[in-house]
Amino acid sequence: MISAAFFYLFSAVVVASGFMVISARNPVHAVLFLILAFFNSAGLFVLLGAEFLAMILVIVYVGAVAVLFLFVVMMLDVDFAELRAGFIRYLPVAATIGIVLLMELIVVLGGWAISPELKKTVASPFTQGTSELTNTQAIGNVLYTKYVYFFEVAGLILLTAMVGAIILTLKHKEGVKRQNVAKQTARRPDTAVEIKQVKPGTGL
Amino acid sequence: MEIALHHYLTVAAILFTLGVFGIFLNRKNVIIILMSVELMLLAVNINFVTFSSFLGDLVGQIFALMVLTVAAGEAAIGLAIVVVYFRNRGSIAVEDINMMKG
Repeated sequence: MISAAFFYLFSAVVVASGFMVISARNPVHAVLFLILAFFNSAGLFVLLGAEFLAMILVIVYVGAVAVLFLFVVMMLDVDFAELRAGFIRYLPVAATIGIVLLMELIVVLGGWAISPELKKTVASPFTQGTSELTNTQAIGNVLYTKYVYFFEVAGLILLTAMVGAIILTLKHKEGVKRQNVAKQTARRPDTAVEIKQVKPGTGL
Repeated sequence: MEIALHHYLTVAAILFTLGVFGIFLNRKNVIIILMSVELMLLAVNINFVTFSSFLGDLVGQIFALMVLTVAAGEAAIGLAIVVVYFRNRGSIAVEDINMMKG
C-alpha cells in the first residue's frame, strides 16, 4: 500500500519534471528539473530493489552530469529566447509524433507479462528480499566475475570520454609563458655560463 | 493495489516519449536536445531495472550500469563539443552547424 503510494508520487514527479525539462523557458530551470527527475527515478529504483543503481544514479547524474550541464549553460553567453523561436511552429508535428509513439509504447508494453518459462533462461538469478546478500553485494558478485570485461570496457569508455573532453576544450593561449621541460633539461653549462677575464682596476 | 510490471513500463514509456517530444520541440537548442537524450536514456534504464527486478535477473542492472557509463561519456563529449563550437561560432543554434557540409 505505502509502496504503491510512493510509486505514484515518484512517477508523477518524474513525468512532471520531465515535461518541465523540455518546456522550461530558462535552461537553468531545465537543468534543475532534470536533477529532480533523476532524484525521483532513483526513488523508483529503490522501490524496485535496485539500491546500488539508485545511489549511482544520484552520484553520477546529479553529482556529475547535471552539474556539467549547469556549468555549460552558465558559461555560454547565448540568447536562449532566440533559440526558442519556432517552438509553437514545431508543436503540432511534435505532439502528433509524441502521442503516436506513446500510444504504441503503451499498447505494446501495457499488456506485457513475464512468461514462467523465461525464468529458466535467467543468467544471474537473484531473489528479492529473501537472500542474505544486499543488492550491492549481489551486483559485485557478478560484475567482478562474469562481467569483468564489461566493467573494464566501461572504464575504458570513461577514460576515452575524459581524454576527449580535455583535448577538445583545452586551449593554449598565445603569449603566455609556459614551462618547457625539454628545453630546461637540455641546458648545458657552456651555453649558460660565460667566463670573463676581468683586469684589476677596470670594469667590464 | 499491487504495483505491477506494466505500471513501471508505462512510466518509462511516457518519459521516453517526452524525450522524443523535447527533441522535436527544441530543434534549435543543442543543450536542451542533449538533456532530452538524457531523459530517453533514463527511461531505458528504468525499463532495464524494472525487467531485472520482476524477472529476478541481475544482468539487467549490470546493463543499466553500462548505459549509465555511456550516457555520462556522451554528456561530457557532447558538452565539450558545444563549448568548442560556441568558441568558434559564437552560437549554438543547430542550423548553424554546417561547417562540414555533410
